[in-house]
Amino acid sequence: MSQPAIKLAPPPPAKTEVSSSWRDGWRSFRKNRLAMVGLGIIVFFVLIAVLAPFIAPYDYKEQELVNRLHKPGGEHWFGTDDLGRDIFSRIIYGTRISLWVGISSVVGSIVAGTMLGIVAGYYGRWLDALISRFFDILLAFPGILLAIAIVAALGPSLQNALLAIAIVNVPVFGRLVRARVLSLREEEYIMAARAIGMKNSRILWQHILPNCLGPIIVQGTLGIATAIIEAAALGFLGMGAQPPEPEWGKMLSDSRQFIQNAPWTVIFPGLSIMLTVLGFNLIGDGLRDVLDPRMKS
Amino acid sequence: MSPTQVQEDSLLEVRSLKTYFPIRKGLFQREVGQVKAVDDVSFQVRKGESFGIVGESGCGKSTTGRSLLRLIEPTGGEVMFDGHKVTEFSDSRMREIRRDMGMIFQDPFASLNPRHKVRKILEEPLIVHGIGSAEERRSRVERVMETVGLSSWQLDRFPHQFSGGQRQRIAIARALMLQPKLIVADEPVSALDVSIQSQILNLMQDLKDEFGLTYVFIAHDLSVVKHFCDRVAVMYLGRIVELADKHSLYREPKHPYTQALLSAVPKPDPNAASERIILQGEIPSPANVPQGCVFSTRCPQVMDICRQQKPVLQPTSEGHMTACHLYGSAEA
Repeated sequence: MSQPAIKLAPPPPAKTEVSSSWRDGWRSFRKNRLAMVGLGIIVFFVLIAVLAPFIAPYDYKEQELVNRLHKPGGEHWFGTDDLGRDIFSRIIYGTRISLWVGISSVVGSIVAGTMLGIVAGYYGRWLDALISRFFDILLAFPGILLAIAIVAALGPSLQNALLAIAIVNVPVFGRLVRARVLSLREEEYIMAARAIGMKNSRILWQHILPNCLGPIIVQGTLGIATAIIEAAALGFLGMGAQPPEPEWGKMLSDSRQFIQNAPWTVIFPGLSIMLTVLGFNLIGDGLRDVLDPRMKS
Repeated sequence: MSPTQVQEDSLLEVRSLKTYFPIRKGLFQREVGQVKAVDDVSFQVRKGESFGIVGESGCGKSTTGRSLLRLIEPTGGEVMFDGHKVTEFSDSRMREIRRDMGMIFQDPFASLNPRHKVRKILEEPLIVHGIGSAEERRSRVERVMETVGLSSWQLDRFPHQFSGGQRQRIAIARALMLQPKLIVADEPVSALDVSIQSQILNLMQDLKDEFGLTYVFIAHDLSVVKHFCDRVAVMYLGRIVELADKHSLYREPKHPYTQALLSAVPKPDPNAASERIILQGEIPSPANVPQGCVFSTRCPQVMDICRQQKPVLQPTSEGHMTACHLYGSAEA
């Protein structure tokens, strides 16, 4: 054979490598300053959500009617609302709701969208036509309108709002995965997998799905941001979380009549929504630069 | 072809294989035509030989190779492999028989999943067919890795950490894992540097001797085919125009297309007299093939009959078959 000389060389130390593409990815992600800021924001909010009972000075339901619409400062850092509840504590507990809604609805959309997208892309033909038209129908409605319709049909609650947001976002992931599968299907290593007698199910799980993960992760992080906004919007319209749940959107709508006299009742929930959404968007953009080579300049 | 010839140690037999791709247009994807990528191709491959298929790009040689394994579903014709009519197999029987048919692809950068380590790539065929225990699979992977000239400590690397030649060795190792009887090699060296090409060809030759393999070797490089193959089929626009013993084909090519092809091969001696036959015009679109002989639009020796009647592939001398009206098919 051709390379005896090379064979004599001692083997390099056996490295326990994680997929090196992931490690390269993290390295270039770390260089992206904005993305790291986003990551910082989200880590911050996650910590707040996890440690809520230890941070919050008051119970989010506790009303002090004597101290209605109290200014920020002193005992109430962010002031109190029209029922005398501590806004700081409500925002801290609200973090749990927003993160939960954002992440779980996106996970739901990813699972459903990925399955539909893979089936449509890999098997093609009439299944593809059927699933793609279904996506088109969902996309034909403005997202929030569709979500309102779903919640109106199911009844207003946080659970149903979450479900509605998940359904609205299914085609986003479905179309993404379908497009990816369509191009992967033509890859030679998929042909090679079939050539050794591999079943479709194994090809899908072992070869196609892992290669779809990059774009799904990028879209997922961006999707969490949209889901949080949509949840807040539904909450604002009274179709999401029900009182006394401290949902940020709900807090906005409850306090909007006091916006002139007590602007802090609106500013802090609004700021919280903005910051989490910004955080997820920054991470998403950073991940896109890393994982989606088409966007690289 | 006499019937006795057919029986002789044939491992693979292809009878009027056809693979057409529909051309679809418009809102309802109406079929408006067909690309006849492989049109009525017949040949047989004997046990232990290297059978070459050559032709310029787009002539249907890769499609032929893929249709043999039904990676692309043939439109018509029969493929007999090892006594089985695989064109009539169900999907699950087809997966079974693929144990005995390996495939090596042209581009070693595309045919290995970039996310899998070499160990997984090589082990996967064994897992798919439920062969051996984890321990047996492991030792077999290491053995094959060394058979193709790589070392077992490289098994935990990813494909992108190898050079093109090394990757092609991995692809060959993967094809060998199941100890197939037949390997279809689709331009296995054309993506590689010339210096690496000969290494890979020698490796394939060694493996053939060691494991008693049979190759269907698809290539566009005539000198590679001359070096590697025993018999050669020349394809043009989805048809075999000439099929012969290597020596006979290179010594006295009969079909005008083959003559033109061979005249284009560079000769090592700069002073040798070369009479290049320059073909006129472009290769016709396979969606719209010429009537009669497919080569009639560019043939320097074209006759009237060529434009009307399709020539049949028939014996023109010992072990030499040609599809051309110049060789007396006019009377038939």
